[in-house]
Amino acid sequence: MPDQDKYNEADPLAEAGTGEEEMPSAVESRTFDLGTMEGQSLIKAERLADHPETPALEDRVVARSLWQDAWRDLRRNPIFIISGLLIIFLVIMAIWPTLFTSTDPLKCDLSKSQAGAESGHPFGFDNQGCDVYARTVHGARASITVGVCATAGAALTGTLLGGLAGFFGGWLDSVVSRIADIFFGIPILLGGLVFLSVIPSQSIWIVVAFIVVLGWPQLARIARGAVITAKQQDYVTAARALGAGNSRLMLRHILPNAVAPIIVVATIALGTYISLEATLSFLGVGLKPPTVSWGIDISSAADTFRNAPHILLYPAGALSLTVLAFIMLGDAVRDALDPKLR
Amino acid sequence: MGRYVLRRLLQMIPVFIGTTFLIFVMVHALGDPVNALFGDKAPDPAIAAQIRAQYNLNDPLWLQYVKYMGNLFRWNFGTTFSGQSVTSLLATAYPATLKLTAVAFTIEVVFGIGFGLISGLRRGGMADNSVLILTLVVISIPTFVTGYVLQYLIGVKWGILPATAGDPLTLQSLLLPGIVLASVSLAYVARLTRTTVAENSKADYVRTATAKGLPRRRVVINHLLRNSLIPVVTFLGTDLGALMGGALVTERIFNIHGVGFYLYQGIVRQNSNTVVGFVTILVIVFLAANLLVDLLYAVLDPRIRYA
Amino acid sequence: MPAATRARWAVIAATSLALVVTGCSSSKSSGGGTNSAGVVTAWWGDPQNPLEPANTNEVNGGAVLNMIFTGLITYDPKTSAANNANADSITSTDQQNWTVKLKPGWKFSDGTPVTASSYVDAWNYGALVTNKQVNASFFGYIDGFNDVAPTSGAPKAQTMSGLKVIDDNTFTVALSQKFSTWPQTLGYSAYYPLPKTFFSNHAGYLNQPIGNGPYEISSWTRSQKMQLRPNPQYSGTIKPQNGGIDLKVYTDTNAAYADLQSGNLDVDNGVPNSALKTIQGDLNGRYINQPAGIIQTISFPLYQADWNTDNAKLVRQGISMAIDRATITKVVFTSTRTPATEWTSPVLGAAGGYQAGICGDACNYDPAKAKALIQQGGGIPGGQLTISYNADGPHKEWVDATCNSINNALGNTTACVGRPVGTFADFRNQITSKQMTGAFRTGWQMDYPLIQDFLQPVYTTDGSSNDSHYSNQQFDALVSQANAQPNPTDSVKDFQTAEKMLATDMPAIPLWYQNGTAGWSDKVSNVMLDPFSVPVYTSITVK
Repeated sequence: MPDQDKYNEADPLAEAGTGEEEMPSAVESRTFDLGTMEGQSLIKAERLADHPETPALEDRVVARSLWQDAWRDLRRNPIFIISGLLIIFLVIMAIWPTLFTSTDPLKCDLSKSQAGAESGHPFGFDNQGCDVYARTVHGARASITVGVCATAGAALTGTLLGGLAGFFGGWLDSVVSRIADIFFGIPILLGGLVFLSVIPSQSIWIVVAFIVVLGWPQLARIARGAVITAKQQDYVTAARALGAGNSRLMLRHILPNAVAPIIVVATIALGTYISLEATLSFLGVGLKPPTVSWGIDISSAADTFRNAPHILLYPAGALSLTVLAFIMLGDAVRDALDPKLR
Repeated sequence: MGRYVLRRLLQMIPVFIGTTFLIFVMVHALGDPVNALFGDKAPDPAIAAQIRAQYNLNDPLWLQYVKYMGNLFRWNFGTTFSGQSVTSLLATAYPATLKLTAVAFTIEVVFGIGFGLISGLRRGGMADNSVLILTLVVISIPTFVTGYVLQYLIGVKWGILPATAGDPLTLQSLLLPGIVLASVSLAYVARLTRTTVAENSKADYVRTATAKGLPRRRVVINHLLRNSLIPVVTFLGTDLGALMGGALVTERIFNIHGVGFYLYQGIVRQNSNTVVGFVTILVIVFLAANLLVDLLYAVLDPRIRYA
Repeated sequence: MPAATRARWAVIAATSLALVVTGCSSSKSSGGGTNSAGVVTAWWGDPQNPLEPANTNEVNGGAVLNMIFTGLITYDPKTSAANNANADSITSTDQQNWTVKLKPGWKFSDGTPVTASSYVDAWNYGALVTNKQVNASFFGYIDGFNDVAPTSGAPKAQTMSGLKVIDDNTFTVALSQKFSTWPQTLGYSAYYPLPKTFFSNHAGYLNQPIGNGPYEISSWTRSQKMQLRPNPQYSGTIKPQNGGIDLKVYTDTNAAYADLQSGNLDVDNGVPNSALKTIQGDLNGRYINQPAGIIQTISFPLYQADWNTDNAKLVRQGISMAIDRATITKVVFTSTRTPATEWTSPVLGAAGGYQAGICGDACNYDPAKAKALIQQGGGIPGGQLTISYNADGPHKEWVDATCNSINNALGNTTACVGRPVGTFADFRNQITSKQMTGAFRTGWQMDYPLIQDFLQPVYTTDGSSNDSHYSNQQFDALVSQANAQPNPTDSVKDFQTAEKMLATDMPAIPLWYQNGTAGWSDKVSNVMLDPFSVPVYTSITVK
């Protein structure tokens, strides 16, 4: 716990609850109903106060019940089950593409260019005369790896840095936010050309790392904003007043309430990162040919959309399905974590 | 508050120096730009050396940077390889991009928050599912496809709106590029609004306000929406700069000579004057937008204060 | 163009001359026939370098210079033949010392006369190393070039000793070697004359260049558009048939194509690949697709030991035979390329040195023989063939198709892969600094329609564009011999003998000849392309 005075003085966004300005005075003139707020925080404070002498034990109880509650909710949520099955299906496709097709995605016959579906080739052929079905199946591995890992990396880094910046404020906030600003300033094209051409190995992890490096500032700002909002909540003030430590405050009280916007942005970012990989590949700095990925196929099909839309629609459909699965998963997780819905 | 703003303005200086230096180093890391000026021919070494000297390319990198910054403070952004002053490029590009961004940003804010609000209030409803489908479409179909398809259908085939943004840029000609540019961000804004609205609609102050008998419209606008906007505003703040600097695809499709296009040209031609010049202005926009967002936090949530 | 149209066009040209010269109105007549005051809007891109004749080596700057300048000679847009324009005669008795006589009375658009000094000063300016002109090497044949452009250090002289002004309309040129077709090179933009103001007010000149051509620049908004109007001072024979050209800068070829379809653009010679499949229907046949002096090749790094063996020659021939040029040009390029069977271009014509089939079997698609040859040569050096290309250009699709064709012939889906390099600059750096380890794409656009231009710079030892660093003394000797031949037919024969050596050595695989393409709106007619794939702006008429 930082020194209160310093905290208040240095933190540009020092919230009212920690200093001499009491929470209700800030609230009453505006939109909040003072009575309810106070009532709620009192109840929470009481709940916490029930076991003041055994905070550790109480922590564990609350912790277990929070995540257990969430898990129980999730298991019953049909949206979670559907999205889970979808994701399992996609992961199996990424790991064992040959379960789904025996056609070689790199075997291409130019004379079949843009041809429609025929027996043995249900999705038809792309511009190079390669089998669209085989390429869609085989593209899952690279695309899902990039999408999921880059999103996870950017979301974790962003949430950690942005969350700390929002929670502590002060110089930490200034440093993190200004570093994020510098990263924002780097044009993707320039960053990609430099980062990926300076590093000679073009393994998929380099591409993932690059997307994380460029992607975290946005998630950091979202997380910072969400944490700044969440930390003014009365139960946070109450918990703090009861002597809750910073890590407990952050993990138990703030994170579950701040996670919703992060999930939303991250699930959409997942899709854009998969497309970003294609952009990088087109710049000559992404995955090395002859890697197959949805993004690369979508980009190559874009030019001929008027003549042969099927080349675009199948990999784009696969990408949509993936994003849909993760959006549904995100929604379900968010609902499960939301205490207001209990 | 005044002190806070002043402090933030002072913080811009290290960010400014850090970014310009980083970009400067990056452009130089791309390699020697001079050979490309000779096209497919091998450059005459003597002439290539002369051109390198003209652009200070023979100096050590730090000295090049110092020389560049020295010029910058005299408002001299240098020239491109075609002898055009970067200042004049900036003067052409930024007004065009500002107009395009204004249109796109307005579309994004109005429709994004509007759709998000409706779908958040009635989760699982028609509007909600439409937003979901729209999100999936704009994410999985790249902007250049939607751009070309819209351009072909609306601009060329049906002739409803101009196919390309002409000179001068009119609101009408910017409508189509604005929609294309806004589409992905619109999905973000709508889904962010939806989620926070859905979350907050269960909040006690909304129940209380409703219980007090306030009209639904007032509850939704004054209480619910206002408290739901912080993540949205945060996103919009990060997006403003991205819209301005990253509109390359849209600008190319609709022939808008804007920031994204010149930035792209500067990068592929490896002209550090152009790239650093454009990014410099972009960074100022980022910083201003972020400051504005932080100030808006306090407006939207009165519990947030500034030291 | 049918003969009847051409005749009508000539009549109109004669009768509307006065109108063209004085008319500045841009109003368009609604009736039939043509409107000689009508202004044509045409596709354009930003020039890469300042608009100085010796500093422009790309098509956008070149298009403007071609309109505002007329050099000593011009090339016939149909036959590529070199005709005297501003030159009255260019003669020599020994193929080395030339006398140039100008047609008297020509003027720049600012009213100052075009004299022998206009040429000599311009060429000296272009050659002087401190002026940093990218085309300086074009003056390399002139005596004294090494003094004004030493490979290192300050120039020893400001002017070339080989250039001498005799009188207002005569100058002499001494070359450092025999070069019988030298006069035919002089249509290139580097050889244009320059007015006095170029030297006295250089900055002003760059804002609004002044020339002696059929058009003058009436306004130029950088990066947006340039308005060209007929030059009243023009003394040449190729008068504009329209009231002027408005060049519009496009950020993207697709945007231009959309404008063309919706009637906001009249002439588009930057038709994107993606539009080619639908262009006939989109434009009702207002589309031209004709050969241009551009050949595309795949070059090999002969400076790498494993590519510079006799076995590697077999491998290169095998790779060449594994490429299904016919299908690729048809499918990927929608027939805007023609499979190449030698190393020059059909636009040269038989008299100019084009002879189909010099490459022989090595350029015929034969997957079985290709595989056998590659195996006989010990396989692809390094085990995998990479074809490098610059990712900022439209090359990915054909490189992938070429690799697939090779892979299919060899029965191995990863025998050949494309290797994108981020920027053209980086790509060129890797080539000029000899960093390539595998094959890479090369293209050659002719500077002037001569077989010499396709062979000497690209394949002679130390040639300015010899990217594969091919070196064959016999080849070099034949080229020198060809240049010294006083008779053009003998010269061409020697060049062709040299070219035949490329078929066995295969330093670069000829892929296809690029065509020029253009679409136009229903408001204009008589759209032609010259052999450089640039529209013949002067001949375009407005309805």
